[in-house]
Amino acid sequence: MIEIKDLHRSFDGHKVLDGVNLTINTGETTVIIGRSGCGKSVLLKHIIGLLKPDSGHVLINGKDVTKMDEKELSALRMKFGMLFQGAALFDSLNIFENVAFSLIEHTTTSRETMKKRVKECLSLVGLKDIEDKKPAELSGGMRKRVGLARAIARWPQIILYDEPTTGVDPIMGDAINDLIIELHNKLKVTSIAVTHDMTSAYKIADRIAMLYNGKIITAGTPDEIKGTKDPIVKQFITGAGKGPITEGEDFNHTIQYSK
Amino acid sequence: MKKILSKIREFAGMLGRSFLNIIKYAGGVAILTATTLFWVPIPPLRFRHIIEQMSKIGVDSLPIVSMISLFTGMVLALQSAYQLQRFAAEMYIASLVAFSMTRELAPVLTALIVAGRVGASITAELGTMKVTEQIDALETLATNPVKYLVVPRFMALVLIAPILTIYADFIGILGGYTIGVYKLGISHSMYMKNTWNPLKYKDIWTGLIKSVVFAVIICIVACYEGMKTEGGAEGVGRATTSSVVVSFILIIASDCFLTALFYFIGR
Repeated sequence: MIEIKDLHRSFDGHKVLDGVNLTINTGETTVIIGRSGCGKSVLLKHIIGLLKPDSGHVLINGKDVTKMDEKELSALRMKFGMLFQGAALFDSLNIFENVAFSLIEHTTTSRETMKKRVKECLSLVGLKDIEDKKPAELSGGMRKRVGLARAIARWPQIILYDEPTTGVDPIMGDAINDLIIELHNKLKVTSIAVTHDMTSAYKIADRIAMLYNGKIITAGTPDEIKGTKDPIVKQFITGAGKGPITEGEDFNHTIQYSK
Repeated sequence: MKKILSKIREFAGMLGRSFLNIIKYAGGVAILTATTLFWVPIPPLRFRHIIEQMSKIGVDSLPIVSMISLFTGMVLALQSAYQLQRFAAEMYIASLVAFSMTRELAPVLTALIVAGRVGASITAELGTMKVTEQIDALETLATNPVKYLVVPRFMALVLIAPILTIYADFIGILGGYTIGVYKLGISHSMYMKNTWNPLKYKDIWTGLIKSVVFAVIICIVACYEGMKTEGGAEGVGRATTSSVVVSFILIIASDCFLTALFYFIGR
């Protein structure tokens, strides 16, 4: 179980997380939704200990990530897999070395076993025979899938997805959604995804939570979110230009042509 | 009056901010140096990475180091000939070139070349890794970025800089020799004698110590700038420029300090 308790974090005096509280049950897929730049990725990075909060706690199975030293964090991260928004593949390494990275770095697994595992992970994400290519030779969608293969290479218990469907075409986006569901069903992992793609959120989520103004303002099943009466959540999920979220923002003006 | 006061306040604020930034920078560099030294002896030692980096830094720098050292040696010989001819003391050109190259010019010029060529590329590479979240990805894969990225570069630079410097010493002396023997008509044996006889071990090793210090500066500044890069492609450009500028300043400043130190130690 992952418990986020009263998490605060500011950057240069700008409050990004302002008391986030959220509980994520083991084996569940939770999707955190919110506008671009509202701090979703920042929240994700706090869960895996990449960022330290100003105050508050992140408990994973009762252990506080925010108080861990380097060694404990490393041990914890072995249980995690993370898919980055831009895949974050290592440019200087080929696809095999990318996917097998943590096996090469942290295990004494034989080359043959590694090759088998890499093949297995790549086939799980629908790719094959690209082990010798460099990330720059792949398309955006393929890179994202390789990123996913790297995230699952060490049989993680928790997978974090940062905008899994952003930057890929809708068909590939849906394929990634299917993949997340399949991984969830096959590997029984706890998944946390952050996204602003509602189609994806409805499809993969067991629970959806919305981050707004640095706080989780609502959390519930996809059906509960769909039927919400909260005007903020309603505006976000319907994607309406006018509403409480955009109040005071000046992008609804009509374009005026000068003569 | 109010306007003047607010201007003064603004100026003081700017001064204070710059001062704080310098302190913050120095602190960051010091922490990175300490962390790097801490990780150096911890296995895995990644010899393959170190060799790869040495080839990138050293072998690929040879052509430009050769060219610059050769021309510097030649210019040095010509410029000193201009003065020394007046006293009919051309034979001292050989020792002048040898001293200037080994004690000063070879280590400094090599360091400046390496800072411009290698330091910039390290910052650009690490900066791009930072802005594309590759450094975060390393951490999520339970790998320490300093151990994985900084240590091999640090080891490679510290090992290769003295070798490049010795190489530059020879090429610089060769440049001086070309001018001295073929242009100014000093005999081969006289030039050689005047090059090697006055040269002491101290002249060589003070140059090599300088080169190691410069290598540490180049690596740490380049890696620090790279790892704190923010703001996409523009940020990478800014970090790269800043890395070269800061390295240049620190190389020249530390050169002044080290030269003074060796001067007083040697007396």
